[in-house]
Amino acid sequence: MDNLNLLIQAPILNVQLLLDGLWIGAIFALAAFGMALVWGVMNIINVAQGEFVMLGGFITLMVMEAGLSPLLGIPAAAIVLFVLGWLLYRVIIWRIVDADMFISLLATFGISIMMQQLMNEIFGSDVRTAESGLGMFYLFDNMVTVSQIKVLAFVLAFAIGLALWLFLKRSRLGQAIRATSQNPRAARILGIDTDRVYAATYAINAALCGAAGALVVMAYSIHPYVGLPYTVRSFMIVIMAGLGNLGGVIAAGLGLGAAEQFAGFLLGAEYQLAFVFLLLVVVLVWRQMVLARRRQYLK
Amino acid sequence: MNRRLANVIAILALGVIGILGPWLFPAHLSQFSKLWLFIVLALTWDLLGGQTGYNSFGNVVFFGIGMYAAAVTQVGLYYPVAAYTAAKGGGTEFVFDVAQFYTGLAVGLPVGGIMAALAAAALGMVILGMRGHYFAIATLGLAIAAGELAAGWEYIGAGSGMVTPTPPDTIDTTLLFYYLSFALAAVTFGFLAWLYSTRFGLAINAIRDDEDKAEAMGHHTTRNKVITWTISAFFLGIAGGIFGNLSKFIDPIDVAFNGAEVGVWMILMAILGGKGTLWGPVIGAAVFYVTKELFWTYLLGWQRVALGALIVIIVVFFPQGIVGWLKERWPERFGPSKEEMEAADAKGGA
Amino acid sequence: MIRFHKGLLAATAALALAAGASAASAECVITMGAAVSLTGKYSTNGTHTKNGYNLALKVINDKGGVKVGDKTCKLAVKYYDDESTPARGAELAERLIKQDGVKFMLGPYSSGLTKAIAPVTEKYKVPMVEANGASRSLFTKGYKYLFAVLSTSEQYLASAVALAAENAEKMGKKPNQITLALAIENDPFSQDIRAGVMDDAKKYGMKIVVDDKLPKELNDMTSTLTKVRALRPDVLVVSGHAKGAATATRQIAEMKIDIPMVAMTHCDSAKIIKKFGKAAEYTLCASQWAPTLKYSDEVFGSAMDFAKLFEKTYGYMPPYQAAESAAAVLVYADAFQRAGSTDPQKVRDALAATDLMTFYGKVKFDETGKNIAKPMVLYQVLNGKYVVVAPSKWAEAQAVIPRPKWSERK
Repeated sequence: MDNLNLLIQAPILNVQLLLDGLWIGAIFALAAFGMALVWGVMNIINVAQGEFVMLGGFITLMVMEAGLSPLLGIPAAAIVLFVLGWLLYRVIIWRIVDADMFISLLATFGISIMMQQLMNEIFGSDVRTAESGLGMFYLFDNMVTVSQIKVLAFVLAFAIGLALWLFLKRSRLGQAIRATSQNPRAARILGIDTDRVYAATYAINAALCGAAGALVVMAYSIHPYVGLPYTVRSFMIVIMAGLGNLGGVIAAGLGLGAAEQFAGFLLGAEYQLAFVFLLLVVVLVWRQMVLARRRQYLK
Repeated sequence: MNRRLANVIAILALGVIGILGPWLFPAHLSQFSKLWLFIVLALTWDLLGGQTGYNSFGNVVFFGIGMYAAAVTQVGLYYPVAAYTAAKGGGTEFVFDVAQFYTGLAVGLPVGGIMAALAAAALGMVILGMRGHYFAIATLGLAIAAGELAAGWEYIGAGSGMVTPTPPDTIDTTLLFYYLSFALAAVTFGFLAWLYSTRFGLAINAIRDDEDKAEAMGHHTTRNKVITWTISAFFLGIAGGIFGNLSKFIDPIDVAFNGAEVGVWMILMAILGGKGTLWGPVIGAAVFYVTKELFWTYLLGWQRVALGALIVIIVVFFPQGIVGWLKERWPERFGPSKEEMEAADAKGGA
Repeated sequence: MIRFHKGLLAATAALALAAGASAASAECVITMGAAVSLTGKYSTNGTHTKNGYNLALKVINDKGGVKVGDKTCKLAVKYYDDESTPARGAELAERLIKQDGVKFMLGPYSSGLTKAIAPVTEKYKVPMVEANGASRSLFTKGYKYLFAVLSTSEQYLASAVALAAENAEKMGKKPNQITLALAIENDPFSQDIRAGVMDDAKKYGMKIVVDDKLPKELNDMTSTLTKVRALRPDVLVVSGHAKGAATATRQIAEMKIDIPMVAMTHCDSAKIIKKFGKAAEYTLCASQWAPTLKYSDEVFGSAMDFAKLFEKTYGYMPPYQAAESAAAVLVYADAFQRAGSTDPQKVRDALAATDLMTFYGKVKFDETGKNIAKPMVLYQVLNGKYVVVAPSKWAEAQAVIPRPKWSERK
């Protein structure tokens, strides 16, 4: 309760918490775009999502170690991850597209623990950060601080969301992706190479995560085992938003980020995650109750 | 007829191996204790996941609840728990004599099972109405939240974890826990074999095959699912209680509510052996556990890469599991029995 | 099934035989066992631990080995990867002792792992000299076979709290008016540090205004720091392994949080100076050891000699985790010599009587097995270097307290 009083007495703190929540939420949203896409189009829940984020971070570190600005890591990570996503699809994922969703959960879980230990062997488990070279904004007499890289992340998340939406609406491939997600069989009959569509979808997902990872390493930190929280949050966001709803993904991502910050502040950092995951369960139960009301006759 | 004989022989052989374990593999006894417990984990997961068709990522919650409940009971019978955990598991002032240790176990393990079962009943009523992957993800959320909550709760040691009561020197705990684990595996197996032969077994299979139809036929599907989960949690809770004593130290996230490892392994074992079969989880657990031990011993540093690759191969190429694959390969020997065929016909060939 | 298990047993038996045969062919080798974290969240520090052990082995063996009675023995270590998980650690300790026949154990990295392994070594009456389990609670259980060369957790930040009390006047307060904010990770080791800080704070009558336990996976401390900024404590204490130090250093600077004192642990394993440069300035860091301390021994020479040799061998300056691990091997070597035997019981008794000066500091165990002869040191980051500021006996410079405000820095 002391913490609540603090918020009431110093309302400016709300601004700081809200902003910090929005920044991290934007990165969650970025990773969640890809998950929504893969889930919606291929009916696969990609557990390796967080590991793609982690790989994006390490690629940015390599860009930085090569003497370039880590900001270049954003496109670099996206490109490398796109290729990796394509390869993964060609080697493994295509075999499980038609399988039970649970199979895909486990297969991608296998991929994720492979990546974790591979990166651990190559780079060590050190916590790493990259300095973007961008500065800070100080508002309200230093009471609110805003890191520019986080603002960049926020803007990028929106821009990428918009670009993705345009791509799906306008481009030939985007239309093919949407058609496949609606009815793969019909799409195939109409001459769409669904295999290529799936490969592109999975690769785009990896690229989005890679970009998110580049932002994570500049704004926060990264290590080989950092992935799981991003995977789990992507899940939550997609469930809250519903499939194929990019606007909803952004809203849910930002909402989740803010909710976490306030929970951490009010309940203490030790209950921040518990709160988030209980929130997930509550969201699902609520959804269930709404659904149950609609199909009362089955009870 | 032949098949029944083969079944009996397999059970007897396993039983003999189990009972003679301390003489057959004296040096590996604690590993085999864990193997028996892993068999319990796989069997109980399969009860809901394979037989009822509800894939849970959260069964580790009951494992953890059982572990903590047993440990708290074992301590709480003789000492104030808060003081015990505040002293970080004891010290010289918290000593358990032989009678206290055995009594603690005898009371603690059933309490662990019962607490886990109660939790399953309560949670089940809330979330077992969900279908498919929504259920899976809700359970995942529960598993992670449970670990975090335990890590915040001072009474059970919070993030510092909890040490299980140190047994007196005179007790050979390796042997004790070996037989406890084996007994639990045997009882669980026997109980499930019986359960699957009853009407209730068919009722939960019906949920897996077509829940809406089962509902339409007048089955209380949600009630059946809750009962199933509760049974599963009861055995899992006891397994957790034994596992806690076996590891001696309970860390909330790394030992008790370890969803990313134990929680996933129990699923893998069931799938590897063959979901929805009685023998599948047993075979899957044995193969998985032995492979894992070999990886961990001989592929130091790369063991998870190997395990990850193995998981991918299992689920991509053997989604039906070892038993499922055998059934396909040699239907005359492993395929559905005459009774099962008839049952399938009765169900309308679903 | 039966055949499968038998095959496995036969394979392991054959391997064990092979290992035994190769050991016998060398004249005398004492093999110690260790489960260290090569993967998982402690793998960096686990590697430091392993490197420390290996360097000590190499130097001792290059000098001919250890004289045990009338034989001269080489030292060796059998490693397993505990993956940073306690359950795994306990299992591997059991395997080392029962299957690999190891009679002496070296400790794992982290208190949690040591806590998991100690009951096992105790059960089989195998001595364990450990260098990375600082948790106070390890030494309240009456263990007889556990020996720790490092200072225990409650001492980690004791000198920081004492320093705050000494400098209370400079902050315009009395010691009992000082307020503390704690942001400490929720794991056994860090929580023991917290308990130590809270005890010390109580001693001086200081008040704790923020007490956040950071989750293990957290890489963002902004909500805690926002609280800190609002409540303006005099001292901020952060402890959460390397991740905690890195995150805190960066975000305190980013948010320009002005607090008179910031004290942390694990600064050097987080490499805060190299990574964050100016942002790390004036941070106080608890450390078990520093290369600049004037300790020395016959095997490695001075603390600085050890540091140089380590850097030459592994390509980086040794963090204290590596130094204390090497010291653990020295303690064993000394005990083997004095025991004149490789009987675990005799070695255990020799260990208990240890009174040894090493490059890492003096080692002398009390009856609970913890080293009582070596103090913790407190660094401050000054001009991009770690400078020892406490305890006063080893201090190279006076601590700068309060830290300059961010607005007054260049």
